Amino acid sequence: MEYLEFELPIKELEDQLSKCQVIGKESDVDVTQTCEQIEKKLIATKKDIYKNLTAWQRVQLSRHPNRPYTLDHIKALCGDSFLELHGDRNVKDDKAMIGGLGKIGNQSYMFIGQQKGYNTKTRQYRNFGMSNPEGYRKALRLMKSAEKFKIPVVTLIDTPGAYPGLEAEERGQGEAIARNILEMTRLKVPIICVIIGEGASGGALGIGVGDRVLMMENTWYSVISPESCSSILWRSWEYKEQAAEALKLTAPDMKKMKLVDDIIKEPLGGAHTNREEAFLSVKKAIEKSFAELKNLSPKDLVKNRMEKYADMGVYK
Amino acid sequence: MSWFKRKTKGITTTTEEKKDTPKGLWYKSPTGKIIDTEELEKNFFVSPEDGYHVRIGSKEYFQILFDDNIFIELDANLASKDPLKFEDTKKYPDRLRAAEEKTGLKDAVRCAVGKSKGKNIVVACMDFAFIGGSMGSVVGEKIARAGEYALKKKLPYIIISKSGGARMQEAALSLMQLAKTSAKLAQLTDAGIPYISLCTDPTTGGTTASFAMLGDINISEPGALIGFAGPRVVRDTTGQELPEDFQTAEFLLEHGFLDFITERKDLKHKINQYIDLITNQPLRA
Repeated sequence: MEYLEFELPIKELEDQLSKCQVIGKESDVDVTQTCEQIEKKLIATKKDIYKNLTAWQRVQLSRHPNRPYTLDHIKALCGDSFLELHGDRNVKDDKAMIGGLGKIGNQSYMFIGQQKGYNTKTRQYRNFGMSNPEGYRKALRLMKSAEKFKIPVVTLIDTPGAYPGLEAEERGQGEAIARNILEMTRLKVPIICVIIGEGASGGALGIGVGDRVLMMENTWYSVISPESCSSILWRSWEYKEQAAEALKLTAPDMKKMKLVDDIIKEPLGGAHTNREEAFLSVKKAIEKSFAELKNLSPKDLVKNRMEKYADMGVYK
Repeated sequence: MSWFKRKTKGITTTTEEKKDTPKGLWYKSPTGKIIDTEELEKNFFVSPEDGYHVRIGSKEYFQILFDDNIFIELDANLASKDPLKFEDTKKYPDRLRAAEEKTGLKDAVRCAVGKSKGKNIVVACMDFAFIGGSMGSVVGEKIARAGEYALKKKLPYIIISKSGGARMQEAALSLMQLAKTSAKLAQLTDAGIPYISLCTDPTTGGTTASFAMLGDINISEPGALIGFAGPRVVRDTTGQELPEDFQTAEFLLEHGFLDFITERKDLKHKINQYIDLITNQPLRA
């Protein structure tokens, strides 16, 4: 288990606890009481730390190396029913954007999401979850296919941004994202979007327009990453904490501004501390959203979705 | 011994007597060509010697596109608020006020309806001078409302993009304007109303990832910078050497993202020619 800087007090207590347990095992000293005390303190410390997370700390949790990624969620949700589908039918199969069909219970869904890697090799293979235009076009192809067969779409969002590369520009990164956004506003099947990690700007919105947009508790979603925001507005990388605060990028802030519909609770300490519990919460949230949407006619579905986005914005 | 000998003393005019040329009388293009500003205006704000298309705003584009510069502005008074209480090195309301004072504009887009070659069109034109033409709630709302106007009145819609991207000071609210504007364009598409996207120098970030790339035709002016990620970001991320024409209008035309590039003097004619052709109407002269 890897610890973030602000989690060090927890690490200390956990170390103490395991030492204490070792002593108890290897000697005749009765350590039950001491262990209990440490455990109590550990719970209190955890609550204290995780209930008062700053915006920047949540950003750190959203990028935690042990955090479950898109395919982890899909495998937990669908088990063996998941069938991955590849390719944009133009140039390539983008490894940073995955997709395919799978079942939750008896219902088929088209799953689409950015995929990150879990070690250096796979991170490179997945391009750190940064899609190229072919990734967005693959996503659109799968959405259109879902629409054709009246299958609801679930997108799982976890990206530090769309890839800013030479070939990406040549192949129209902006156009690919724009096209997805437009088509998603009028897709005739339910779309449920879940931000499971990082939701960076157009790269996220390119698969992020939906009837229900849900954010897991320790994720972020905004127009720019706090680091880039700091470098542009403060002209230095040093102000990422302030930038994170200023951008109001946490799930509670986004809900308050009515830019996302709901928050999915995570286990204390983040999704990675109890993966099964996190997967279950996501599953319940998807099923609840689909139950609310499945009886709407395609016309009402699209109308409601367009009205929802038309209402976003504050002006005088 | 010097070759030349000064007969009279050097500059004898005192500082007080010095005559300044009034500012703004001449314009110097990036290649160093100089032109009288009045001449420049007559030449559609294009430097005649090197063909450089000077960055202009909504005032100038309206003048170019609408007959006799007659138009009705739509939602002229919509203005930004500060929903996030955003503060970086400056408070957002202070930034807004400074931009308003500097430019005389309310925000980074103006929308208008008027006749072009005798027929009504709706134009939304961005102003780069207002916080880098950044798109926040007001820009998104005005572009959506002008789209709604075009939809109701069944008029061709033209968006002239000129923007550095989404406005950071409104964070995710700015981001959602990509969806808001694109949703309106989807409605125009469904209703069969022509939408022309004119990408001018510069069109980057959020605008490229929404309305700027979604035209029935996407067109541009010579040399305009158009891209999703800025060239500096691409260079820093990839470490690659970028081609000289990277992200120019010509580069985009070559890679298939523009229908054509037009010089500014032909802009009004070309736009109306397309409208007549796509709506199957007789061509206007």
